[in-house]
Amino acid sequence: METVTITMKNPPALYLEADNISPDAFAGKTAAQIAELSVHEGNTTSALSKYFDVSGGAGATAADTKIVVKGDVKKVKYLGFKMSAGELVIEGSTDLYVGAWMTGGRITAKGNVEAFAATAMKGGELIIEGNAGNYLGAAYRGDWRGMSGGKILVKGNAGSDIGMYMTGGEIVVNGNVDVHAMTHAEGGKLIVRGNAKSKLGGQMVAGDIYVFGSIEVMMPGFKPAGEVALEVDGTRAMFAHFTGDMGERHKKKKGEVVYGNLYRKI
Amino acid sequence: MSEYLIKNGHVFDPVQGIKGDKKDIAIKDGKIVDKVGSGAKVIDASGKTVMAGAVEIHAHIAGPKVNLGRIYRPEDKLFSCTPTKGLERMGAGASIPTTFKTGYEYAKMGYTTAMEAAMPPLFSRHVHEEIRDTPIIDEGAFPVFGNNWFVLEYLKNQEIENAAAYIAWLLRVTKGYAVKVVNPGGTEAWAWGLNCLSVNDPVPYFDITPAEIVKGLIEANEYLGLPHSVHIHPNNLGNPGCYETTLDTMKLAEGYKAKNKFGREQVLHLTHTQFHSYKGTSWADFESGAKEVTDYINKNKNLTIDTGNVTLDETTTMTADGPFEHHLTGLNHLKWANVDVELETAAGVVPYIYSPNISVCAIQWAIGLEIPLMMKDPMRCYITTDHPNAGPFTRYPRVFKWLMSKKARDAQVNAFKHKDKVLSQTSIGELDREISLYELAQMTRAGPAKSLGLSAICGGLKPGMDADVAVYNFNPDKPVANPDDIETAFSRCAAVFKSGVQVVSNGEIVATGHKRTLWVNAKVKENEQVARDITEKFVKYYSMTQANYEALGHHFVPNPYALEVDATQV
Repeated sequence: METVTITMKNPPALYLEADNISPDAFAGKTAAQIAELSVHEGNTTSALSKYFDVSGGAGATAADTKIVVKGDVKKVKYLGFKMSAGELVIEGSTDLYVGAWMTGGRITAKGNVEAFAATAMKGGELIIEGNAGNYLGAAYRGDWRGMSGGKILVKGNAGSDIGMYMTGGEIVVNGNVDVHAMTHAEGGKLIVRGNAKSKLGGQMVAGDIYVFGSIEVMMPGFKPAGEVALEVDGTRAMFAHFTGDMGERHKKKKGEVVYGNLYRKI
Repeated sequence: MSEYLIKNGHVFDPVQGIKGDKKDIAIKDGKIVDKVGSGAKVIDASGKTVMAGAVEIHAHIAGPKVNLGRIYRPEDKLFSCTPTKGLERMGAGASIPTTFKTGYEYAKMGYTTAMEAAMPPLFSRHVHEEIRDTPIIDEGAFPVFGNNWFVLEYLKNQEIENAAAYIAWLLRVTKGYAVKVVNPGGTEAWAWGLNCLSVNDPVPYFDITPAEIVKGLIEANEYLGLPHSVHIHPNNLGNPGCYETTLDTMKLAEGYKAKNKFGREQVLHLTHTQFHSYKGTSWADFESGAKEVTDYINKNKNLTIDTGNVTLDETTTMTADGPFEHHLTGLNHLKWANVDVELETAAGVVPYIYSPNISVCAIQWAIGLEIPLMMKDPMRCYITTDHPNAGPFTRYPRVFKWLMSKKARDAQVNAFKHKDKVLSQTSIGELDREISLYELAQMTRAGPAKSLGLSAICGGLKPGMDADVAVYNFNPDKPVANPDDIETAFSRCAAVFKSGVQVVSNGEIVATGHKRTLWVNAKVKENEQVARDITEKFVKYYSMTQANYEALGHHFVPNPYALEVDATQV
């Protein structure tokens, strides 16, 4: 695997839309060619080299390409946009839409990421070592197709509306989550090792939520369904089981109604 | 104005019966002429296909429900934005493009006239603001009448003259073009929690049936002698078995003859026929009723139709058939929006994905193609996608490909997940017909123009007609190597002229022309009762005053073109 390192040398005054910073866009290119790729600041399109120093070189394919992003990229959006393979390491914190529409490969963000990370993610892995913003793994505005595959790990806390319209894949949050997690979900799995707030699983059709800590306010649409012993993310424990959201439509599978599941560690 | 000479193209013009002969088309002062001077700008069309500008007879491209779709589907714009480029302003939207993108896309495909198929009268001002902002193409809009309280009351009492006077008034104040009927009575019934699924289901309170509404509107339309006939979306759209309701609806036109000075011969235009040609009792035994429906239309010359071809895309359905959209959201569980329009109509919007992996969608695709392939007279069958309901209008070139190439149809059938079901539930596999370029010109130019009563103006290349001309990079002398070449050629014109102005060159917009708003100015005898009824309804029921209702003046209709109708002597 070849490594390209891009280092922020001239932070933008406005926000920078960098939908070309991905192994797919870099693959097969030299440092000089990568430096020519376009980025957008407001209504102005410029070469990547206006903002970043580029060193190293990409592999022949996305899978053979690793990108390391250094410097202050707090005002850079769309890192790893639509990426299908390879690796992207962001050494600091970054702005919106990290790994949005990604289908494969691995992104590691060592700092915090802002909202809409992994929007409509289909596959691959996103590791956020700091905190994640709102709408992590959710659907795009107006859309009903959220994260459908892949895995997200947040080592810190996550914001509100994570996993909205999720249909598959897995999100693990080691810290706490804000309101409205997995709203409208039709599949997928969310594990919260810390605490959750209110509106957890609202209008959920299917899918599973596991909470290790407390739930501030339960949704009234969830019904107690006993207690179960489960092994979740490597931890064996007893969980209180709830099914819901009773206010929402549910499919039938082999004559049985399929509900969303909410498990709270006892 | 400049003069142009389009030289040596293969001309297809059903108006003059020209079937691909090499001919020159001369343009002067916005019109087609016999000849031009030596200073005329020459466009070399050798090895290319030349037709009149195409005429769209039914699309939802302007107004509140289209805009509702735009507002509530930001995801439709997500990866479909086009930045500012030359004369083109920025645009966005795949199934519900912005007004500017709508005008550019039609023009680039060689369309120069389009009809907005459902204008809620109360919101005609909004419709006209969007028409104004859609560049290049001439547009008209059909106000909806089939659930309007005035119409229901007059027709209940068989007051045809009063209904006609009301229609004339409404066309004038809304700058409307034709009488549109959507699910007659059914949308009003839905306000009472019901629907009309057959032509004999009574409308609550008004105590009138869809059959009475349709017959009454046909009589009023012919009383006035309007350019277009009644344009109907019948009851029971989109349900298995609905072809019987469609046949019942068409039978209502029996015995009526067209009466007008515009050359129109039909008294009823059946729109998006694909959605109304379903047999079967459920989605499990769903099958095509295209044969039964087209057999009837082939025999009855006072009808015209358009197809409503499913294009197998993700799209946005929108119709004044409010109860249907509510039914649809129950089927696909996608977001639903609805607007009630006071005394007049309603509209619903639901996104829809016509997936090639779902057997019903694949069968719908086949039915949409069976209909034009089974129609004997291409002058009475027009290509539409009921944009955006069965697919976006930008897919017309793909529909043309399927119609013109059996090979392309077979390739699509073979790509379906439920191929066997498509072949057993429809006859698409047995239809060998391939639509010729001449027939295509009938189905997209001369035919719709005649049905709309515009045959003196557009849809042909006869000297004296508007110089709306499309030149395609398609050589009819050469065999088609790959059916996709048809799609490519019809997607982007080599040249397009609108009223004598070259608006497209090599697929790019080079001028935005002087688009017109087409409307019908029907004069009737003074009718005090109708005038009093209108005043009374505004005072008692409408949320706005009569003075604020009219779409009037430069802001709404900057470049009007009125078709004059005089019914004062009837």
